[in-house]
Amino acid sequence: MSILSMTNIEKSFGNLQVLKDISFSVEEGEVVSIIGPSGSGKSTLLRCATFLETIDSGVIAYDDNPVTTMVGDKCVYAKNLNDFRRCFGLVFQNFNLFPHYTVLKNMMDAPVSVLGRDKEEVKAECMELLKKMGLEDRADAYPCQLSGGQQQRVSIVRALAMKPQILFFDEPTSALDPELTGEVLKVIKELAEENMTMVIVTHEMQFARAVSDRVIFMDGGLIVEQGDPEKVFGNTENERTKQFLSNYNR
Amino acid sequence: MDLMTMILKMGEGLGKTCAIFFLTLLFSLPLGMIVALLRGSKNKIVSSVTRFFISVLRGTPLMLQLIAVTYGPYYLFHLSVSRNKLIPVVIAFAINYAAYFAEIYRSGIDSMPVGQYEAAEVLGYSKAQTFIKIILPQVIRRILPSMTNEIVTLVKDTSMAFTVSYQEMFTIGKQIANSQTSFTPFIVAGVFYYIFNAIVGFVMGRAEKKMSYYDM
Ligand SMILES: Nc1ncnc2c1ncn2[C@@H]1O[C@H](COP(=O)(O)OP(=O)(O)OP(=O)(O)O)[C@@H](O)[C@H]1O
Ligand SMILES: [Mg+2]
Repeated sequence: MSILSMTNIEKSFGNLQVLKDISFSVEEGEVVSIIGPSGSGKSTLLRCATFLETIDSGVIAYDDNPVTTMVGDKCVYAKNLNDFRRCFGLVFQNFNLFPHYTVLKNMMDAPVSVLGRDKEEVKAECMELLKKMGLEDRADAYPCQLSGGQQQRVSIVRALAMKPQILFFDEPTSALDPELTGEVLKVIKELAEENMTMVIVTHEMQFARAVSDRVIFMDGGLIVEQGDPEKVFGNTENERTKQFLSNYNR
Repeated sequence: MDLMTMILKMGEGLGKTCAIFFLTLLFSLPLGMIVALLRGSKNKIVSSVTRFFISVLRGTPLMLQLIAVTYGPYYLFHLSVSRNKLIPVVIAFAINYAAYFAEIYRSGIDSMPVGQYEAAEVLGYSKAQTFIKIILPQVIRRILPSMTNEIVTLVKDTSMAFTVSYQEMFTIGKQIANSQTSFTPFIVAGVFYYIFNAIVGFVMGRAEKKMSYYDM
């Protein structure tokens, strides 16, 4: 059973077709990295998977439950999107923490006011998560008082506090100074070791190679190649992939 | 008439000045939010009609609007002019200020980064929760300085009520000035407004400070 499956996804902005017949799925415990040149549609793919963009056609399903169905050539979304939203979390490139909430409130507010869970119980879980991140002493700090790396770690635990089945990352380290990327990548690696299901859009090729079970290479709105990271990074036969990766290995 | 009598007489009108001020805020602050939301409505007709009304209210003198609300019903429908002028005065002020506050709210709402909405959406917040819990508190923080400006203007604008002879502080002062051929009442009025606005400035400054516990 796939946690996420996207089948024949098409998405255009006006005349610009950004996703062309994209199909892939993610199994439980799998870590999938998506790489590709700028403008290839990686972010759009994640935004479609998380309902921030609506697709033009195709089928998105979580746990084999379809979110979209094709009625003729029209793509219809399920009514209960919020039920599906519980399946996933999304970590943004620029964190998007709520600046007027403390770290703890950023984490606790959605589980309490969206899922209606018990406050004390959620608080205990969140403190546990913060401890794991080494951020328990920053629970009462505001996001502006944290470094970029700390903010991104908080945004990861904010997503984890909702207990998602799958976590999406859109270039989680791109907004960070180089010396701060390590602490965020380390957290993602630890999540991978705990068998968290993740889809990571990244330009950190070394990291993608080390952490993922599968790599997807996108270009021009298409999945050009996908497979074992050693194969894709090590000895791909695809000319386009080779050319793209050679820019990184120089 | 000695200065003390003058001050006391004008001071009596201060209660009515405060009534205009507080009642206007009481009605125009929430009304402005409703107007701002209508103005930003996805429905083109709703948003253009709202925009038109805002432009009329901002593009014509408050004085004219006061006269229109107070005497309009008499001229148009031959209804008697309301005995308590506070009602038409507050209606005119509240509508006029709602238009100004609406524009401030809207600029504040528009200045919010889209990422805040997206983060809330992915976490499953409803539209109402997102607005009330995530967007509004940040908007208020952002617009507080412009609100202070507008509220200071309101203090001074209460004097406009003299156009419909509502017996607030300035109207009384003007009457004394006429009957005594004295300039002193205007100086007294100026001092009253200045002190009033010093208090407004102090209160709003405290509010801004209280809300600046985080950086944006
Ligand atoms: N809301 C939008 N409206 C119009 N065009 C858009 C929109 N969002 C993205 N695009 C276009 O879609 C294409 C794919 O964008 P996308 O952000 O998905 O690329 P990406 O692979 O994430 O690139 P990067 O590595 O730079 O983040 C680009 O050409 C972009 O300009
Ligand atoms: Mg992108």
